[in-house]
Amino acid sequence: MRVNFTVNGRPQEADDVWEGESLLYVLRERLGLPGSKNACEQGECGSCTVRLDGVPVCSCLVAAGQAEGREVVTVEGLAEYARERAGGTPAQDSGLAPIQQAFLDAGAVQCGFCTPGLLVAADEMLERNPTPSDADIREALSGNLCRCTGYEKIMDAVRLAAARQSEGV
Amino acid sequence: MDFLRPASWEEALAAKAEHPTAVPIAGGTDVMVEINFDHRRPEYLMDLNRVGELAEWEVGEETVRLGASVPYTRIMDHLRAELPGLALAAHTVASPQIRNRGGVGGNLGTASPAGDAHPALLAAGAEVEVVSVRGTRMIPVDAFYTGVKRNALAPDELIRAVHIRKADGPQQFAKVGTRNAMVIAVCAFGLALHPETRTVRTGIGSAAPTPVRATAAEEFLNAALEEGGFWDSGKVVTPSVAKRFAQLCSAACNPIDDVRGTASYRRHAIGVLARRTLTWTWESYRTAERKGGVA
Amino acid sequence: MAANGAPTKLTQGAPAKGGIGESTLRPDGTLKVTGEFAYSSDMWHEDMLWGQILRSTVAHAEIVSIDTAEALALPGVYAVMTYDDLPTDVRHYGLEIQDTPVLAHGKVRHHGEPVAIVAADHPETARRAAAKIKVEYRELPLVTDEASATAPDAVLVHEHRTDHHIHHVPHPNIVHRQPIVRGDAEAAARRADVIVRGEYTFGMQDQAFLGPESGLAVPEEDGGVHLYIATQWLHSDLRQMAPVLGLPEDKVRMTLSGVGGAFGGREDLSMQIHACLLALRTGKPVKIVYNRFESFFGHVHRHPAKLSYEHGATRDGKLTHVKCRIVLDGGAYASASPAVVGNASSLGVGPYAVDHVDIEAIALYTNNPPCGAMRGFGAVQACFAYEAQMDKVARELGLDPVEFRQRNAMEQGTLMPTGQPVDSPAPVAELLRRVKAMPMPPERQWESSEGADVRQLPGGLSNTTHGEGVVRGVGYAVGIKNVGFSEGFDDYSTARVRLEVAGGEPVATVHTAMAEVGQGGVTVHAQIARTELGVAQVTIHPADTAVGSAGSTSASRQTYVTGGAVKHACELVRERVLEIGRRRFGSYHPAWATAELLLEGGKVVTDGGEVLADLVDVLEGEAVEVEREWRHRPTEPFDPRTGQGNGHVQYSFAAHRAVVEVDTELGLVKVIELACAQDVGKALNPLSVVGQIQGGTTQGLGIAVMEEIVVDPKTAKVRNPSFTDYLIPTILDTPTIPVDVLELADDHAPYGLRGIGEAPTLSSTPAVLAAIRDATGLPLDRTPVRPEHLTGTN
Repeated sequence: MRVNFTVNGRPQEADDVWEGESLLYVLRERLGLPGSKNACEQGECGSCTVRLDGVPVCSCLVAAGQAEGREVVTVEGLAEYARERAGGTPAQDSGLAPIQQAFLDAGAVQCGFCTPGLLVAADEMLERNPTPSDADIREALSGNLCRCTGYEKIMDAVRLAAARQSEGV
Repeated sequence: MDFLRPASWEEALAAKAEHPTAVPIAGGTDVMVEINFDHRRPEYLMDLNRVGELAEWEVGEETVRLGASVPYTRIMDHLRAELPGLALAAHTVASPQIRNRGGVGGNLGTASPAGDAHPALLAAGAEVEVVSVRGTRMIPVDAFYTGVKRNALAPDELIRAVHIRKADGPQQFAKVGTRNAMVIAVCAFGLALHPETRTVRTGIGSAAPTPVRATAAEEFLNAALEEGGFWDSGKVVTPSVAKRFAQLCSAACNPIDDVRGTASYRRHAIGVLARRTLTWTWESYRTAERKGGVA
Repeated sequence: MAANGAPTKLTQGAPAKGGIGESTLRPDGTLKVTGEFAYSSDMWHEDMLWGQILRSTVAHAEIVSIDTAEALALPGVYAVMTYDDLPTDVRHYGLEIQDTPVLAHGKVRHHGEPVAIVAADHPETARRAAAKIKVEYRELPLVTDEASATAPDAVLVHEHRTDHHIHHVPHPNIVHRQPIVRGDAEAAARRADVIVRGEYTFGMQDQAFLGPESGLAVPEEDGGVHLYIATQWLHSDLRQMAPVLGLPEDKVRMTLSGVGGAFGGREDLSMQIHACLLALRTGKPVKIVYNRFESFFGHVHRHPAKLSYEHGATRDGKLTHVKCRIVLDGGAYASASPAVVGNASSLGVGPYAVDHVDIEAIALYTNNPPCGAMRGFGAVQACFAYEAQMDKVARELGLDPVEFRQRNAMEQGTLMPTGQPVDSPAPVAELLRRVKAMPMPPERQWESSEGADVRQLPGGLSNTTHGEGVVRGVGYAVGIKNVGFSEGFDDYSTARVRLEVAGGEPVATVHTAMAEVGQGGVTVHAQIARTELGVAQVTIHPADTAVGSAGSTSASRQTYVTGGAVKHACELVRERVLEIGRRRFGSYHPAWATAELLLEGGKVVTDGGEVLADLVDVLEGEAVEVEREWRHRPTEPFDPRTGQGNGHVQYSFAAHRAVVEVDTELGLVKVIELACAQDVGKALNPLSVVGQIQGGTTQGLGIAVMEEIVVDPKTAKVRNPSFTDYLIPTILDTPTIPVDVLELADDHAPYGLRGIGEAPTLSSTPAVLAAIRDATGLPLDRTPVRPEHLTGTN
């Protein structure tokens, strides 16, 4: 079947999609957007988190056909998404979204396989809740497994991004 | 495999009538896992995301008509007052990402004893609105679960909504898992106080082939509260009453040993959860009563 | 044919000096946060096929027949291969013992063993084809534990062993046995005032790296193959693969693609040979990506263990002796079992000074899933048991558990059970002191103005307690881990360093075959090059087999050994640069001949700080390149009867204090804090050091309270191969992890550094267990602890 939807602001079309394919597979293998990661295919790790019409979801559990006509934001589009949210001005000299820069600065990236999903989830949480408590951060990220860091640096990164956001940095 | 995309509820019913083997998919939490892991290759996959009314709810006089696909996140955010037990249960479902997609219709459709919504629905009192081109049936939730991962749906029927009684008193939900988040229930317990009828209702998850109520425990507690004049006095529930209630809830379980827990643990844990949720709900009831008295 | 997503060079410019000791940022960081970093599963090639493996559905069986006709007939299927289709007579592989069939031959020895492989044009086609392969099994009796493995009439897992361990093992179902005897434990036991015995069980842990096994094999025009792969050791893979493929090693090119974590699980081969076989057979690129279910069968796990201990002590709190017996279940194939036995035995007493020891460790061959390397292997299992024992002895003596450990703590100069002196700092007592001195987390931290915050209570979001039944406990543990490959292994690494002028400034390029699996080796290499060569710009070349072996990214060894190789190569480059400088400019300034010269800030300077020349002018378009192997001090094998010998290179120490809250009625545990103190010798990158310690600590937490691969003893089948039922800690299960880093230099090691990756995984588990014992008063002799164990309902 054919599926049309918008990814990171651009219309995309995928052809010859097998009906059992997930949105994750289509993004990774058909649209050349492998940033969203495939780690469990059962909604138990969050590595494939994307925003579907603004809402963070596990793209491994969205049938490709369900994405028809909808808007998807992946880690590849996160910087642009953050830029538009901020009114078009790049938040960081690096061109990265604030949460991406914070992950780098805080040492929250090791192997990096969980990183794309965590970034999408954390960015969305800070959009909803700009001044999260530690427990809020932990709750919002409880669907994203990380095996390398022990999460401490991820906590640091989200706190850092929240602090920079509130200072308008 | 064919992918059906009904644009309306009527189209969905017609498609299900034409293709009774079609597997409905909304949040994808169960269906996509089965496809990804090659456990299931349905002939037809029917997307219900385009049927907008499934994601809507209406708050009525007596009940909330909750669309089958209303995501758990929305239940937590918007229906905490009307459906406190279900809102608590919704909060324990899997992960934030899953709660953003999954709804009660999926739990009912899969009818796994471990579905988190079931104990809350049983305790609150609910009817499942199932529809086919032949018409609409209202099935009491107690009668909906017919076996392990089996339910009362006919092949051509779809779940339209659940009609859940609005809370008339405190409700609680607690679930045991071996992790502090994103975990499938080892067992779960829902409790609702219904001061209007001076009854209590329970729901037990993951401790029997289907979700069940602990009816003997309910009857015992109803009688004990009535006889002791607890509803009027608002006094603390006697420890011996709470203990007996917990024992009867344990006895209502018919669990198995599996990789998530032993039968013995499940029975034990249901007893603890029954006692604790009774304490919490009763404490809320007493507090509300006392405040009411002052006012 | 170039694969899409092939690794690109990583360039790390540093704003400041960016040398060792600074927390410079990862050179691959930007790619990783933008989703552009190419992991092995992201590789893509025009016209590529998808590979699929058919695995055994039973644990131990003869293969009566395999029928692939229907699978081959399926449209879209390009190849189906079984054992009979292998191209050469070399059809087995293995890290040390080549006992693992590439595809099952005549029988399968464990659940999930590869039987056939398929290549097709879509993963679903490949799955359907694999499902159409008919395999008829005749089941065989199972070997599942020590009793069934060593019974006189036991079925042999491997009937025709030819490996060198067979000569010293008491039974062919024992892979390796290592006794270690020093002093006279029997006599010492008679002097003991208290004797404490314990039997302990350690569950099977999975590495659960997030990026499942995957890779892309691309056939090449010269008849060879190029494999883009996530692994821990390219050259070890190559050595095992080439003979099976029937190719000389130079026709099997290996490039490291992005690795989504490893933790030991990528030391053995997984899909490497299968992808290459299918690519060579079909003439097309073949990609294989395991899903999570398959990943649980696709790599070895941490050895489950049964451990029996006897500790004796005098009334004044000194250990008299330790006796122990450690039985590790190696599963169906040897993998790293011999080395795991070496570690478990030689480190079996822990970081304590004990003169009289009697230790035996064995690894079994069984029909359980194969076990091998995982972070801290051998030492992790032992630490769980000896630390439980130390608490027991302390209680028996009425001593504080930390005080008792400190009285027996080893220090520099202490003899190991192997007779080897510990010849660098061993601050065991100090680490315990530091971890104990850290401030305690506040009590009842879950209470807020709005009532109990369930997220901070046992059970978390599941709303199981609002404080009822919750009891706090505190526990301590300390551990010892060897660094690097031991027992006489020629443990070396290779680095190629090039210095040249590009874009008007000096740039260093570091090329090694080191597998960057997330640990941050690439960050540290750039720092070393900057420190040694005084340049700002360092490029890290993708790791491949075009350069010599770097050894494995395991055993906490890469910063030591490949870091050492990079340092050494840089020093040689520096000497060459200075020679060139002397040749070109020596006549202009006497200091060229007389002073100690350094490279700093892109210049040649004297040790007094006088600038002699710009590197740009010295090099003048010339590139200086050096490739060198570098070795740490040699080690020697342990004596097969007494276990004596200088078998280890270096030791690494960490201590933990765990604070837990246990819902004693429901048996649910919330770890509130896991404080760690570790000696790292020298922190080359402090941020990365702390990250390693916190990550290792959390994996130890996992094995303490939730992680276990459950194998059905009746069928030897895995019951929970999924992330639904194999649980690893979420961010809500993981506490704050304050870290106190101690830096006592080891003079034998580059910069005085100490390998750090594994030690924190050792002591974390026993500290959590000790805290749970403290809260509940239960003996708890197995890990992970399940709610059943805390509620008497198992």
